[in-house]
Amino acid sequence: MIEELLYSSPSLTNTLIFFGLGASLLMMVLGFVTYAILAERKVMGFMQLRIGPNRVGGPFGLLQTVADVLKLLLKEDTIPKAADRPLFMLAPVIAFAPAFMVLAVIPFSESLRFSDIGIGLLYYIAISGISTIGVLMGGWASNNKYALLGGMRSAAQMISYEVPLVMSVIGVILLTGSLNLIQIVEAQENIAFLFVQPLAFVIFMIASVAELNRTPFDLPEAESELVAGYHVEYSGFRWAFFMLTEYVYLFAMASITTILFLGGWNPVPYLEFIPGIIWFALKFSVVVFFLIWLRATLPRMRADQLMSFGWKVLLPLALLNIFISAVIKEIWF
Amino acid sequence: MELYHLYQNNYLVVLMFLLLGILLPIVALTAGKILRPAKPTKEKQTTYESGIEPFHQSWVQYNVRYYIFALLFVIFDVETVFLYPWAVAYDKLGIFALIEMTIFIVMLLIGLLYAWKKKVLKWM
Repeated sequence: MIEELLYSSPSLTNTLIFFGLGASLLMMVLGFVTYAILAERKVMGFMQLRIGPNRVGGPFGLLQTVADVLKLLLKEDTIPKAADRPLFMLAPVIAFAPAFMVLAVIPFSESLRFSDIGIGLLYYIAISGISTIGVLMGGWASNNKYALLGGMRSAAQMISYEVPLVMSVIGVILLTGSLNLIQIVEAQENIAFLFVQPLAFVIFMIASVAELNRTPFDLPEAESELVAGYHVEYSGFRWAFFMLTEYVYLFAMASITTILFLGGWNPVPYLEFIPGIIWFALKFSVVVFFLIWLRATLPRMRADQLMSFGWKVLLPLALLNIFISAVIKEIWF
Repeated sequence: MELYHLYQNNYLVVLMFLLLGILLPIVALTAGKILRPAKPTKEKQTTYESGIEPFHQSWVQYNVRYYIFALLFVIFDVETVFLYPWAVAYDKLGIFALIEMTIFIVMLLIGLLYAWKKKVLKWM
């Protein structure tokens, strides 16, 4: 059905249907965020020999996040007098909009996909970079020393790790010959790129954790030194939007990792009877669990280690990987 | 014509996603505005500074290293702009383009090594 719709001439009906489809994905993502936060608290709880949320909504705390969101909705929203008011209010929107926009190009299965633009991967990388501006804007507009430090750190970290991130996927593009995410998944029908491009996978994982501002790279919001970093002056629902942005990016980053390296919806051999969407969900969940696991395991890095690791280790390795991939392609493909 | 429509429709989807991404914060914050209390006091509206009275502006000069890293980022990001089309069109270009790309990357690598040697990559 959606295929026919995509080939028909663009009209108001099309626009409305696309809007409806986008809204349903938005609802799904909000549902994911709600339970990803709970899962993170639960998993981290068990890893640290605690129980985690267990009161609101039954023994597993199933409604804990819902209660938290309602509380945030009813909380007073304070904007400091010294802050730059228009920028302060604009920042969460600028941070959030790209986070949702990148989801437009992600194919979830053979049939469940939204936009099929030829340059999907480039679009993802370009749009996701815009969120940094929102974070930096929030940090600057707060007129708070901690917030400014957090915002600047965030910008420096994002740009430093974006270079290895975009360079590591060049190997994947080289083997596929396309930037289209659907074609990248189809190219992995026989073997996932994880096994062809192990070095790229490691670089991509490390750089993506840094792009997500998660431990061990959570310097922009290091609680123990910067209070909360760039969103220290935010409260109520504006703060919730910064948090939402982070978790929507978690969703997007886990999806893109699944697509680029874990073979997307392609099944494991001999288990082809299980539908593609379930394979995608399984691989996706493994990536999300891995990211939570990292957070519970590793301590935070120092600012100087962070920068030199990105430029002196990851970048040369990513460049090396491009050559290894080109040589592999020359010999085998 | 069909492909042209496909192209238009795909970007229409992207546009709708942008619209939704902007609408959600606006709707949610407007709904919140109706629901939440608003009783601002002078103390509430001061900037947080670990409990002491905030002094000076925070819009100050910051470390110049941020600027140098931004410059390095621009150089390497532009490099990627060249690498992406090369990777996509590699099948048609062949071994000659590989050698050319090697020369290009080695030249940039020399730049990175120079920055390394000059201790630009060292924080503080």
